[in-house]
Amino acid sequence: MRWLWIDRFVAFESGRSATAVKALSAAEDHFADHFPGFPVMPAALLLEGLAQTGGILVGEARQFREKVVLAKIPNATFHRDAFAGELLTYVTEVVDLRDEGAVIRGRITAGTDPIAEAEIFFAHLDQSRSKQIFGDHNFVFSGELKMLLGLSALAPSRAGAGLEP
Amino acid sequence: MTQDEIFQKVKGTLVDALNVDDDQVTLASRLQGDLGAESIDFLDIVFRLEREFGIKIPREELFPESIFQGDPNLVSDGKVTAVGLKELEEKMPFADPAGLAAFKSDPKLDKLGDLFTVSLIVRYIQGKVK
Repeated sequence: MRWLWIDRFVAFESGRSATAVKALSAAEDHFADHFPGFPVMPAALLLEGLAQTGGILVGEARQFREKVVLAKIPNATFHRDAFAGELLTYVTEVVDLRDEGAVIRGRITAGTDPIAEAEIFFAHLDQSRSKQIFGDHNFVFSGELKMLLGLSALAPSRAGAGLEP
Repeated sequence: MTQDEIFQKVKGTLVDALNVDDDQVTLASRLQGDLGAESIDFLDIVFRLEREFGIKIPREELFPESIFQGDPNLVSDGKVTAVGLKELEEKMPFADPAGLAAFKSDPKLDKLGDLFTVSLIVRYIQGKVK
């Protein structure tokens, strides 16, 4: 299983906002253990999907030159559980984007139902220090996550691109 | 903006950033020692203060954490030297005078974090918004 917790971007406005969807399948392994007889999407994985949506939004804003890492989730609110068979929508907006890092605000819905909201703080790994440790290779955006965005299709019309599913 | 108005806004910022209770935040509170701030929180606090007060806070200006790293003139044997203390005063003119005096009497580098207090932030903002 690959560490992808969103299926597809449905809207993307460079440096401003991104919306992705995630279809929950009963075949996903975590449902077997979380919890036996009562399968609900783990809250941490909901946040991971939101962080992937927002993280790609933040990474793309600097053309994936920065190593964007999740530094902190100052607050998160959960409204109800999410179940297999539901289609979740992850909406993220940039609150702040600077050299040192970025803050996004995100919300998750299933249809009209609110599922969760969170603020996520990303740090750009220190340029000089991370270069010593990891070299030039950007291990955060190594391909899979970038592919998800379908950059080749998006790049020419980055500003205000509304992607129809 | 009065000092108390600034303090109230700073308090709100710290409550949001550090998930502490309102009454835990006093002027004398140390961000790390009393309010449990970690290094990443300092960046979060800086971002929030900028949004809250509409000011720009250059890197290392409010929390000059790394001025001493690896400079033997400024730090020797785990203590900030006389030259280092002078540098510290120049870099942090908004530090709480009593806290600075206490640090000078026992300038262990690992106590440097004690200078990062709520009062330090309030005094810094006062200089920025007047």
